[in-house]
Amino acid sequence: MTQTLDRGLRKTVDWSLVGCWLLLVLIGWINIYASIQSSEPASIFDLRYRCGMQFLWIIVALAMGMVVLFAVNPRLWEVISSPAYLLVLVLLVAVIFLGTEHKGSRSWFSLGSLSFQPAEISKITTSLLLAMVMSQAGFRLSVHRNLLRAALIIGIPALIIVLERETGTALVYAGFLIALYREGMSGWYLFFLGMAVVLFVLTLAAPAWVPFALIAAFLLPYLFFYVRPIRHMRLRRRYLLRSLVAAVAGVVMVFSTEIVFHRLLRDYQRNRIEVVLGLKDDPAGAGYNVRQSMIAIGSGGLFGKGFLRGTQTAYGFVPEQTTDFIFCTVGEEWGFAGCLVVLLLYAFLIGRIIVDADASREAFTRIYGYCVAGLLAMHLLINVGMTVGLVPVIGITLPLMSYGGSSLLAFTLMIFIFIALHRQEKKYF
Amino acid sequence: MTLDRKNKLLVALSLMIALLLGRIFHIQIMDGRYKSDSVRNAMVRQYIAPPRGIIYDRNGEILVGNKMTYDLLVTPRETGPFDTVALAEVLDTSVSFITERMRYYAANRRRIGWQSVALIKQLGEISCQRFVEEQYRFPGFKIEMRTIRDYPFNAGGNLLGYISEVSPEYMEKHPGEYRSGDYYGKTGLESAREKDLRGEKGYRIYLRDARNRVQTAYNDGKDDKLAVPGKDVVTTIDAHLQQYGQLLMRGKKGSVVAIEPQTGEILAMVSSPCIDVGVLSDVGKHYAEIARNPGKPMFNRTVMASYPPGSVFKIVNGLIGLQEGVLRPNYHYSCAQGYMYSSGHVLGCHGHPSPLGFDDAIMMSCNAYFCHVLKNVLENPRYDSLSTAFTAWRQYVMSFGFGQKLGSDFPAELGGNIPSAAFYNRRYGRGHWRFPTIVSLSIGQGEIGATPLQIANLAAILANRGWYRIPHIVKDSEEISIDPKYHERHYTLVDTLQFQKVIYGMWKAVNAGYGSGATATRGSVPGLDICGKTGTAQNPHGDDHSVFICFAPRDNPRIAVAAYVENAGAGGLTACPIASLMVEKYLNGNIRPDRKNLEQDMISKRLTRY
Repeated sequence: MTQTLDRGLRKTVDWSLVGCWLLLVLIGWINIYASIQSSEPASIFDLRYRCGMQFLWIIVALAMGMVVLFAVNPRLWEVISSPAYLLVLVLLVAVIFLGTEHKGSRSWFSLGSLSFQPAEISKITTSLLLAMVMSQAGFRLSVHRNLLRAALIIGIPALIIVLERETGTALVYAGFLIALYREGMSGWYLFFLGMAVVLFVLTLAAPAWVPFALIAAFLLPYLFFYVRPIRHMRLRRRYLLRSLVAAVAGVVMVFSTEIVFHRLLRDYQRNRIEVVLGLKDDPAGAGYNVRQSMIAIGSGGLFGKGFLRGTQTAYGFVPEQTTDFIFCTVGEEWGFAGCLVVLLLYAFLIGRIIVDADASREAFTRIYGYCVAGLLAMHLLINVGMTVGLVPVIGITLPLMSYGGSSLLAFTLMIFIFIALHRQEKKYF
Repeated sequence: MTLDRKNKLLVALSLMIALLLGRIFHIQIMDGRYKSDSVRNAMVRQYIAPPRGIIYDRNGEILVGNKMTYDLLVTPRETGPFDTVALAEVLDTSVSFITERMRYYAANRRRIGWQSVALIKQLGEISCQRFVEEQYRFPGFKIEMRTIRDYPFNAGGNLLGYISEVSPEYMEKHPGEYRSGDYYGKTGLESAREKDLRGEKGYRIYLRDARNRVQTAYNDGKDDKLAVPGKDVVTTIDAHLQQYGQLLMRGKKGSVVAIEPQTGEILAMVSSPCIDVGVLSDVGKHYAEIARNPGKPMFNRTVMASYPPGSVFKIVNGLIGLQEGVLRPNYHYSCAQGYMYSSGHVLGCHGHPSPLGFDDAIMMSCNAYFCHVLKNVLENPRYDSLSTAFTAWRQYVMSFGFGQKLGSDFPAELGGNIPSAAFYNRRYGRGHWRFPTIVSLSIGQGEIGATPLQIANLAAILANRGWYRIPHIVKDSEEISIDPKYHERHYTLVDTLQFQKVIYGMWKAVNAGYGSGATATRGSVPGLDICGKTGTAQNPHGDDHSVFICFAPRDNPRIAVAAYVENAGAGGLTACPIASLMVEKYLNGNIRPDRKNLEQDMISKRLTRY
């Protein structure tokens, strides 16, 4: 029976996603080569350099992707979601005590020359468990208990990661809100979160605008009345209540910003925020990375300086130019055209995942797909935003392009699990 | 298409991508700032310092040249563990010095980074050779060649000035011309002719990495530029005369200025105490010592000190009197040990025969005579008031170059002071000052201030019988042509005719012989026909200043000299012999045997402790 219903590889696998994956990985690989290339030419396969190592990782990732796609029964992922989640939680905690210290954070396990970061896997296991729990019959986010459960599934690993001092990675977990929103979480939460960020930035950068922002926060819900007239007195009252809560929370937020900013944040975090808000000009210290990164990208122009002709990245002006700042090489050597191509590829990847996920008949696949899309979008926004000075410097990778096996394998696994889940459906429906 | 949550999220995704692309478009296409920053980042210009111009004296002697010196540089990040004892031995220094310096570099390694710093400046030649042989043992250490100023002639210390590393303030004033670490002329001639002497820097362009390590030549060196050497400067100074003047002024405070009257060229310009040229090439090291010296050797008295000219100024008053017609050479005035300018107030004079005619009054420098002269000038009925007459007098004086900057090519020149009628009006009230109030002006005292350069210029005017060219120290040469204003004649308001009468008195002052009452007989040199006038300037700082101006020979003069020696008593005592020796040295090349004693006296005379 399976034989007749199976529609074959060409129809079932979303090859456009695989192709998009492959393109981004290869573009990343070429740019890693360009970043380390300086006066002495080396082969792109030279294992002494990062480009050669990345080539190995790409082979491994491809093999793993194929295994996930064709050898593993996609049902497995749903089955193992709980134990995998728990196992990764244990690893996340263990790494705090057993891991090696790397640039001030304890999030890496080292096994000889290999090292890996449980936080990368945790994104997958969290997505899986979230998809599993939320896809159960009768689960509705409008029920407070269920919302709390979802929040705990997301919040626990995020909190542990903060304790590992990988705050940047923890921030990515905000991407799960996209999945929650799709599954029916009230849009008010996103609205409040957005207002909180706006207020935080305004309080620091332009205190004079804070009162206007508060009034706007209070009035915005009223505007909805006129856009969508609400007749029900109860709803009307609820809106009024919420806008009052928003205003009070806003005032509290404004007054607590100072405390959060100066007490809770670490020095380097505060500096990076100050730099991106233009409150501090420190081109040699906290602002060095951003400044050099912007110079590299800005010097690219429309079509860039050409492959291997970049001076800023190849000569080491941009720090972390093969990992977190790989986008600079794209900007410098390929110019605006290159950036456009890369960003459109990402947009296609994320958009396609959203479209595929939404079309899915299985809640598990849909929720998992939205989690993947949310995580990828957050990574993209934070990473690229940081290289062009829109977002404070947060040390997270550019998915699929940055150098490093841990990140590449994790994202490959994450994406291929989705492709496999999606294929499973196409196969039988 | 409905606006369900999927589509809202897709719209949000598009907005996010659009935001990122917009920002990238802005910094890549709209804002050109980042492009120029990238050039500054990766391209490094290695500047090649041009050799600084050489300064010659009027006869082709090199006053300031260049010489090579070797600095030992170290790049702390490139050094490994090395044998400090061996290095100390090679460099002829102590182990503790090296360890202490290395510890300092280690403490400041973040600031220093990959740069090289000078461990020892101006390394000795022997150490340098030894080091080159052993260099392989000390990675990270290297020798760098650099040129410094060299002074073959010990002449003209603060006239020549010195060069110094540019300060941030100086760079701000001359944007784009200097980079930190460059040298510039800070004082004296080095500063006055900085634009000619410095030349143009050349550079090589390299590409470098973030650690400041040079990677490769940019564009195969096609955009590199060669250094253009600085222009040589020929001064009007006579090195030998300058040196002789410094020798004569040793141990005394004051100045001697010698001018060639025909051209206005300054032959010698001695300000004492002065800086020894030996310290000029490395002023920084000696700076504290120079600054502590109470004789202020950095202070160039010849153009910056404002002194009362004293009796030499009587000549100016005499000439004005003659020109105004209120004085005739045969006028005789009596002098009873002074001049009573109001009841009970006497401006004293020394003992001499009385009454005197004009040339004898100059010869013997009678105070009373010139009080009468100035009185006649100021109370001339031609003028409706004293104030008008005084303004006319002041115009005469200014035409001699007093009371204003002469406009010489020497930097930091000051103008002295000739008071104006307005000044006295302010001080005493309009109509409340009369001739007796300002009687001191008759004899060059009171509110008058003049620089030694202006006084020397007066000597040149007398030599030329009524005109001068602005004194200057740079000559026209192949590479430099000086401002044409130095070739113009400036006439005084007194006719040439009147000068003859004064010059006769000046000649007598020197050559009338002992017993005649002449004030400058010590300055007489047979055959040279020196004409001179002494001055004894009273001042509130102690003994009188000794002043003397002269020129020689009487006909077709070739040199005019002014000597101003602080606190050295009467003019005939110190300034007159010094000036006459200068004249004799310049015109004859040597000192007559019968004047050797005088020369020795002057050289060994010590008026200060420094």
